[in-house]
Amino acid sequence: MLESLSEKFRKILRDVRGQGSLSESNIQEALKEVRLALLEADVNFTVVKDFVAAVKEKAMGKEVLESLSPGQQFTKIVHDELTDLLGGTDSGLELKGRPSVIMLVGLQGSGKTTTAAKLALLLKSKGRNPYIVPADLFRLAAVLQLKKLAAEVNVDCFDSENMKTPADVCREALRVAGIKGYDTLLVDTAGRLHVDSSLMQELQSLKEILKPAEILFVADSMTGQDAVNTAKGFNESVGITGVVLTKFDGDARGGAALSMRMTTGKPIKFIGTGEKVDCLEVFHPARLAGRILDMGDVLTLIEKAQATFDEKQAKELEKKIRKDAFTLEDFKDQLQQIKKLGSLESILSMVPGFSALKQAKDIKIDEKEITRVEAIINSMTRKEKQDVLCLNASRRQRIAKGSGTKVQDVNKLINQYQDMRKMMKKMKSAGPRGLRGMFPGRMR
Amino acid sequence: MFFYAKREKFEFDSKWWTLKEGVNAGASSMGMFDRVKAGFDSLKAGLARTHNAIMGSVESAFTGESREELLERLEESLIRSDVGVKASSEIVDHMRTKLVGKDMEKLRECLRDEISGILQAVERPLVVDRSPFVIMVLGVNGVGKTTTIGKLAHRCQSTGKSVLLAAGDTFRAAAIEQLEGWGKRVGCPVIRQAQGGDPGAVVFDAMNAAVSRRADVVIIDTAGRLHTKVNLMEELKKVKRVISRELPGAPHESILVLDAGTGQNAINQARLFNEAVEVTGIALTKLDGTAKGGIIIPIARELKIPIRFIGVGEGIDDLRDFDAKDFAEALI
Ligand SMILES: Nc1nc2c(ncn2[C@@H]2O[C@H](COP(=O)(O)OP(=O)(O)OP(=O)(O)O)[C@@H](O)[C@H]2O)c(=O)[nH]1
Ligand SMILES: Nc1nc2c(ncn2[C@@H]2O[C@H](COP(=O)(O)OP(=O)(O)OP(=O)(O)O)[C@@H](O)[C@H]2O)c(=O)[nH]1
Ligand SMILES: [Mg+2]
Ligand SMILES: [Mg+2]
Repeated sequence: MLESLSEKFRKILRDVRGQGSLSESNIQEALKEVRLALLEADVNFTVVKDFVAAVKEKAMGKEVLESLSPGQQFTKIVHDELTDLLGGTDSGLELKGRPSVIMLVGLQGSGKTTTAAKLALLLKSKGRNPYIVPADLFRLAAVLQLKKLAAEVNVDCFDSENMKTPADVCREALRVAGIKGYDTLLVDTAGRLHVDSSLMQELQSLKEILKPAEILFVADSMTGQDAVNTAKGFNESVGITGVVLTKFDGDARGGAALSMRMTTGKPIKFIGTGEKVDCLEVFHPARLAGRILDMGDVLTLIEKAQATFDEKQAKELEKKIRKDAFTLEDFKDQLQQIKKLGSLESILSMVPGFSALKQAKDIKIDEKEITRVEAIINSMTRKEKQDVLCLNASRRQRIAKGSGTKVQDVNKLINQYQDMRKMMKKMKSAGPRGLRGMFPGRMR
Repeated sequence: MFFYAKREKFEFDSKWWTLKEGVNAGASSMGMFDRVKAGFDSLKAGLARTHNAIMGSVESAFTGESREELLERLEESLIRSDVGVKASSEIVDHMRTKLVGKDMEKLRECLRDEISGILQAVERPLVVDRSPFVIMVLGVNGVGKTTTIGKLAHRCQSTGKSVLLAAGDTFRAAAIEQLEGWGKRVGCPVIRQAQGGDPGAVVFDAMNAAVSRRADVVIIDTAGRLHTKVNLMEELKKVKRVISRELPGAPHESILVLDAGTGQNAINQARLFNEAVEVTGIALTKLDGTAKGGIIIPIARELKIPIRFIGVGEGIDDLRDFDAKDFAEALI
């Protein structure tokens, strides 16, 4: 998609203003775009049909407000409806029982084992005392994989090595948990197909033993049309309580989530955003809605920025800029702030239309750039950082050597820094409003 | 005698077969012939499911709908198999022009031909034509790289070639031990280093071991990585450079593993992996489920990368050569 969906709506609905309200005929074409966008985002065909019908009903007869353009208004209707269907409000884990058991189930390779460790880490940070239970005795080295991950998150792991069946593992783990006082069990199960009836039966029997508070269906966010079948299959044979959407750190639009939500009615609870054990986030429907529609995920970006860039630092920086005392050291701090937001790629992917732009223009993001810049600044003396004007050719050469870069890199950085200062001066003259736009932390 | 040898292999493997089948009453007492048959049956059943899903909607449509309605349904069926909106409508449009004068009954055959035509262009089985023949296996996380390597190693060994595996996934927990497990099953050596090490170093060792031990086939496992992660794609390029440096002309094959359950994102995966290391073959896994794998159709159209294998299960024998006609037949 070269154009963002909201841009398309704007064009299509440009002329509606004169007509006073949205009608079947004037939204027809916009609805087609909705359908296309959802299908391209891997939302299941049937689900798309239902969704488009729902949007049509919501939109028809709506008066065009003075404050919004018809395009904006339609965008809002689509976005709100999608957000609603994706879950309305956020929902966390419901941990009843003692110990309360969380079972992880799903297709092969979806991310169950990794998610078990991620959840353990999360629960531990919330003050619980989790216990990791490897009940995948089938796949090669699956037990060892979880054992290693458990050690990484520093959570105790049941020793499944000599157990004969997953049922034995579950019974024995429950017994141990009772003695040792673990309050939450994370049970990893082997990947399986929903059409494999004997293995689905096995899950049922594990469920009977464990009486889990949560059965989380772990699903790959890159899943296509088949998501409805698998989610339905697992839900019907074992009864899931929620979905974890993994591998969300890629560029998949994640429409499968809507399919799963619509066919099972079960909430999406978490998203996996990386291979590392701390890459688990609570699910926010509005954000996914933006991503499915390729409208960007501005909300996440803003929140992330707010979390990392604290108010005090921002004020200080503002002061410095006012006094025109923004040094290279400050520049480096800025970069570090940006780095804390996540990879450049992940930040940019939240900007509306970026994914389209990236494909169209074949943009490559060089994550190493930041590291390079940091290395250069680190190789400068204090004086050099404060006053770039003293950076003559020999100093630049030394810095390049010290940082393992080329003189051209050093030159480029100094130019960039000076450009930035120029820009800041301009902003300063534009008054406080101008400054605010520069720092994500100050947005509100 | 070939058959006998194969049987022995099966008996050797029966331990791990029965593990998973333990819950399946009587499965552990299954004889080898039953098991082979069960394998084929599961493939057939899988393909039949795919078939029914589509034909259910098509056949019911032969009852008096207009040709346009029918074509629309066909397009819908393709979209439902992850062929994608664009490719589906182009395929159906193309059919429409050829349909003039044809009766409705021909429709299904026509679409099948259309798809089989697209796929035949990429139906090229892997030919191991030199020794050592180096195969690098790549793909996003969890698609089935390591398992496919195990199956492929087994297949090579059973045709009399000596295989060497390289544990190039030094990142994921127990990825090395997983590959070693396959090495044991297949009966071939695995070159490894410690977890967290440099995959380039592992590959370096493997190339040298391949030459000194005169391995016929070297298969290199790599860590799963999302195609959007620039630094990880750079790492992959480096691994490839080390291989070529140690053994000019290698790797002779770079197989991208795709999960049949994946939707439109697989196109980006194929594009970006191809840009980074030039993919020379595709393996489509997990076709034993209800996922149809239609995404390989737009990939075949756009990138024309040969499709080498399909994966139809987790067992050592669940690897098949890709067959365009069978695939098209299963799809429509
Ligand atoms: N990029 C990314 N990779 C992930 C994420 N979650 C899991 N993975 C990776 O996906 C692959 C499969 O993860 P596992 O946790 O082994 O999946 P599983 O469902 O336990 O697999 P089986 O037990 O074989 O069915 C591994 O390479 C993980 O590192 C995620 O959120 N993002
Ligand atoms: N049903 C089915 N499962 C498969 C197939 N191929 C692989 N699997 C399973 O998919 C899961 C992931 O397979 P792996 O081989 O570990 O995948 P990988 O790509 O090496 O994963 P990472 O190294 O973590 O990225 C395992 O549970 C395999 O048993 C297949 O053709 N059919
Ligand atoms: Mg697992
Ligand atoms: Mg692997």
